[in-house]
Parts: sequence; C-alpha cells; structure tokens
Amino acid sequence: MWDYTPIVKDHFLNPRNVGDIPDADAVGEVGSLACGDALKLYLKLDDNKDKIVDAKFQTFGCASAIASSSALTEMVKGKTLDEALAVSNQDIADFLGGLPEEKMHCSVMGQEALEVAIFKYRGMEIPQHDGEHDHGPAYPDYEGEIVCKCFGITDAFLKKVIETNRLTTVEQVTNFTKAGGACGGCIPKIQDLIAKVLGDDDVQPRKRPEKLSNMKKMQLIQEVLERDIRPLLWADGGDLELIDIDGAKVQVAFRKACAGCASSGNTARMVEAKLRDLVAEDIVVEEVSQ
Amino acid sequence: MKEIYLDNNATTKVDEAVFEEMRPYFCELYGNPSSMHFFGGQVQSKVTEARARVAELLGAAPDEIIFTACGTESDNAAIRSALEVFPEKRHIITSRVEHPAVLTQCRNLTQRGYRVTEIGVDEAGRLDMEELKAAIDTDTAIVSLMWANNETGVIFPVEEAAALAKAKGALFHSDAVQAIGKIPINMAASSIDMLSLSGHKLHAPKGIGVLYVRRGTPFRPFLVGGHQEKSRRAGTENAAAIIALGKACQLAGQYMEAENTVVKAMRDRLQDALMTAIPHARINGDGAERLPNTTSIAFEFVEGEAILLLLSEFGICASSGSACTSGSLEPSHVLRAMGVPFTCAHGSIRFSLSRFTTDAEIDTVIRETPPIIARLRQMSPFGREFLQGQA
Repeated sequence: MWDYTPIVKDHFLNPRNVGDIPDADAVGEVGSLACGDALKLYLKLDDNKDKIVDAKFQTFGCASAIASSSALTEMVKGKTLDEALAVSNQDIADFLGGLPEEKMHCSVMGQEALEVAIFKYRGMEIPQHDGEHDHGPAYPDYEGEIVCKCFGITDAFLKKVIETNRLTTVEQVTNFTKAGGACGGCIPKIQDLIAKVLGDDDVQPRKRPEKLSNMKKMQLIQEVLERDIRPLLWADGGDLELIDIDGAKVQVAFRKACAGCASSGNTARMVEAKLRDLVAEDIVVEEVSQ
Repeated sequence: MKEIYLDNNATTKVDEAVFEEMRPYFCELYGNPSSMHFFGGQVQSKVTEARARVAELLGAAPDEIIFTACGTESDNAAIRSALEVFPEKRHIITSRVEHPAVLTQCRNLTQRGYRVTEIGVDEAGRLDMEELKAAIDTDTAIVSLMWANNETGVIFPVEEAAALAKAKGALFHSDAVQAIGKIPINMAASSIDMLSLSGHKLHAPKGIGVLYVRRGTPFRPFLVGGHQEKSRRAGTENAAAIIALGKACQLAGQYMEAENTVVKAMRDRLQDALMTAIPHARINGDGAERLPNTTSIAFEFVEGEAILLLLSEFGICASSGSACTSGSLEPSHVLRAMGVPFTCAHGSIRFSLSRFTTDAEIDTVIRETPPIIARLRQMSPFGREFLQGQA
C-alpha cells in the first residue's frame, strides 16, 4: 500500500471542486485513457479576466492523481493568472504534505494542465489534444520529438521537468513523468537528456557573488535551497523547510526522513557548506524544530 | 473495521486448526528433525506425517515432495535443475502470463545464452496450443506453464501441454501455486515432472513451499549443503511450517468439494450481480475454464487504485491489475497479453474468495461496489462523456 499523507487521503476521499464549468474561460486537458491518467481543468476568471474565481476538474487516475487535481483547484482559486503560473509541481506535492516519489508524475500532470489552460487562454499555439487511444504528446504545450513512445512524452517536456526539479537519475525522471516506465526503450535517450541538462549548467559555473544586498542574499539563499539542496534530500526521502533568515543566520527545520534523523547535524553542515559556497562566506545554518 | 477479505490469491488466513498444529513446534518441541535423540525424533515423525499429508492432496508419493521456502524458490529450483540436467539444451518455453517467479528467471536466462519462447494467450487468457506445439523442439530443456493464472484464474491444459513436452524429450514443470487446494490434482495420473506449491495460498503460513519432483525425473538441487530432503534441498527443515502445511493440505482435501460448490456459487453470485448493476464492465477470462474462487472484472473509464482505496473504506480487500498499484506504470502483463483494451485494463479489479468468505460479505461487496464505480466515473472526464452520451 502506498504511504499517502492524511491530506492526500482527505483530498482523494473528499475531492474539492469536482465537475466542469460550462462557461469556463480556460480549459486545460492533459494525459489520456491509454496512459492511465488524465486531467481536464476548468478555470473561470473575474470580470477583469485576470483573477481565477473558480476552478473545477475531472480526473481519471489513481488516488494521488485525484488528490493532486483537487489540491491544484484549491491552490489556484483567488490567484491571478501570473501567480497561478508560478505554482510548481513541487508546490502541489507540498500542499498535500508530500507524495510518494513514484507518484510525483501526478503533481506534474496537475501543473501541466494548469499551464495548458492558461497558455491556451492567452492564445498561444497548442497542438490539439489527440484521441484517447493514440500516443500523441501527453502534454500538448511541449512540442518536440517524442522520446517516450509508451506515454507520449516529448524531449522538450522532459527537459523542463528535469530542469525545474533538478532530476539527476532516470528513475527520478520516470517517477516525475512516467517516461521510461513501460518498455524502457527510451532510457538511453533520457540519460542523454539528463546529461545535456546537467551539462548546460557546467558551461556557466556558478560562483559566489562579490557583494549582495540583504534582499538579494535572501533570494539567493532560497534559490540554492530549492535548486541544490532539497532535491538531494528528496533522494533520501527527506526534506527541509526554510524557517527564517536573520542576517547571516539561516534557520531551517528538517522534515520527513530528515526529521529526527541522527545525522541531521551533518545534513545541517552540508547545507551550510553549500550556502557558504554559493551565497556568502559568513552564513551560519541553525536547525530548529518547528 | 472488520475486513472483508477477498484477496485470497495474494495470501490467505492461516486456518486456526493449522496454527494449533504448528504451535508446539516453536517453544516446546523445537528439536532439529535431523538429530539422533528422542527430542529431534518426535519432530521428525511429525514432518514425515506432514509429507504424507501433502503427498495425499497431490496424489503423489511422499518421497516426491521436497519442502522449500516458498513458491518462488520451487519455480527457480525446477527451471535451474532442468538446465543442469540437459546442459546441451539451450531452449526454455513458458507463457506470457506466468508469475514473475518464472518469467523473470526465464528472461534473466536469455542473458546467459538461453533462447526463451513465451507462448501467447487469446483474449480469454487461453493458451495458444498451436504455438506451443510449434515451439517445442529437441533443444527444449524445459516447458514451464502455470496451472492456473493468479490474476484471472484461467486454467491451462497442463496435462496436454506436458504430453507435448514429453514427446520431444523436454521436462515439464507447472507453477500450481494458485491451483492447489482449489481444484483437484492427481499426480498419479499425470505426466507432469515437477510442480510448485506455496503454503500461504492454502491457509498455511508464509515461508513454506513445495517442489514436487516425479520419481525417476532427473533433478539437481538448487540449494546444496546438508543432507536434508534427501540432499535435494539443503537447509534445516522449517519444521513448524512444514507441519502446518501438512495440516493445511489435509484440510484443503476436506474442503475441496465446498471450494467448487459453495465458494464457486458465491463467486458466481458476486460477478453476476456486479455485471448486472454496472454497465461497461467485462470479466477478464470470460469463456475460459477458471478457478472457482477468482473473478477479475474490468470497469471502463476508471482507475484501479482509486477503486481499491474506496473499497478499502468499507473494509473490502481486493486487488487490481492496474498500473498504479503495482509500482510499475503499465497495466499487468497478464491483461496486456490477453489484449484487454487499455480503457479496461487500468480499471481491472480481482476478487478472490476462500472458504472463509461468507454470503453476508458478498452482499456488502455487491451493495458497495456499484456506487464507487459510479462516483469515480462521475469524476472521470471519460466517464462523464460516456454518461452524457447515455443521457
């Protein structure tokens, strides 16, 4: 049995906002019956056509797909379109108190439906959603060469997910996108893509900035935590949360497997070293229990 | 919440009489059956009795019974043995719908230079006998085909297949883990060389299996070491579990008729009622000969994991051939081999009953399942299109 959080269970058993909006301003549809999960998202905007006043969904899929859809609709209500576009698949997973690693593709599907809906509303070119039995692109706003034929996943889409979630292994890519999870024929291509995305990074090595304003420093700390540190912890089933930044003092709380872990002290030192390396030399990381 | 356990093809409740039979062999009669003293000897005599009880259920001789740790070990041992017996033969035949205990091992052997033929099935899960006939040749070391399928309950004509294998000089093994205790088996009137059995599928505990090896069938051990099991399976006997399995086999013999009348009637009532109440559903393996306790039903437009978790809210325990429950991302290899359309495969649910299943439990499942399917269809974009089309 999957280890679903109480929030996932609640959103599965009592899903919010199931249904459709007949006069929806934006509709996003991703996935297919053949692939085993699909989501249709409806958004209603206010009179200024800027703020999302209502969101509804229809989902075919497992418990975490239904819970992710429900969470997504709750999260975007009241947001402007730009704010909604900033919602990441990790935000959806966080809202649910986390998803099993193998189910991260459900949160990716939610984020994608949202993106498709908004892009379509804004008149951006999006290929039509194909019939349910073929294996056309599962995520129509990422055109490109289809890498995973089983699930209809393109290279453009894989690159985006690898980049935003800082994925480093084929297994992670499969968990987040399903690509490579069926016949496995595309695994070498996925490996190439990972190498390419990671390689792009190496072209411009990141250096500690010379001087930082306080505001910039806080931003950079958050960025390094999101980009470089949390994905490392996820790989071991752990996580951390940024609690406060006070000058050079960074307070973090460890979550999931890291919470109460005997070596969380070492983890805190690792975080500190990384932040000193990429943000400022004088950073001190403190672990707080909150 | 009281469980309604309809997942007996996954594992079964240990019968209380079985548990009582094994109970003294942990803290009191813990001797090693191989010891020379009286204390080990009394365990030895119970192991001998258990061996005779297992043999009786199978219509076998006691010395044809080798105790192992599980069905998977038995399957592995049978195939490995055949390859050692015939070192010059490089071909293995199995089916596309086998349990991973057989299929994974065969696929791994292809990396060591073996040729593996996986025989297909038709849309009802029936073995393609013509394909089998054509595949067996003098290079074939072993043909391994399951007696009954764990997901659909479809029964293979193993005797007929064994005769084909024997005619070409190949050994024949059957993974009978799902069949034993559910349908009568008589090895005395069979030409099958080797047969696997697993205790926890017939109300014995987990961690005990049997490999039947016919007298005269050449055999090479998988585990080597001590002289246990006549040097055919080394390792100190799991005496308590062996004694439990003996009792479980004795009881299985006694309940065999009920399994094929009372249990079958409940299974039929369940599947008929669900098929009547729920449109756009189909029985996987319909039309084929099936185990009396198993039914696998595909509900279109919905996904299996969601169905299982909602059933679980009512205490109903079943299983699914869907992708999301398995950790894999594809529907089960069995349903795909049968060509079950993807529209159905993701929403396939297996109910497997036992002699402990009651009519009241079946009533609950018949009452609770249709609203669950309707609720998920209401939520599904495909289900709604379908429902609107109906309106």
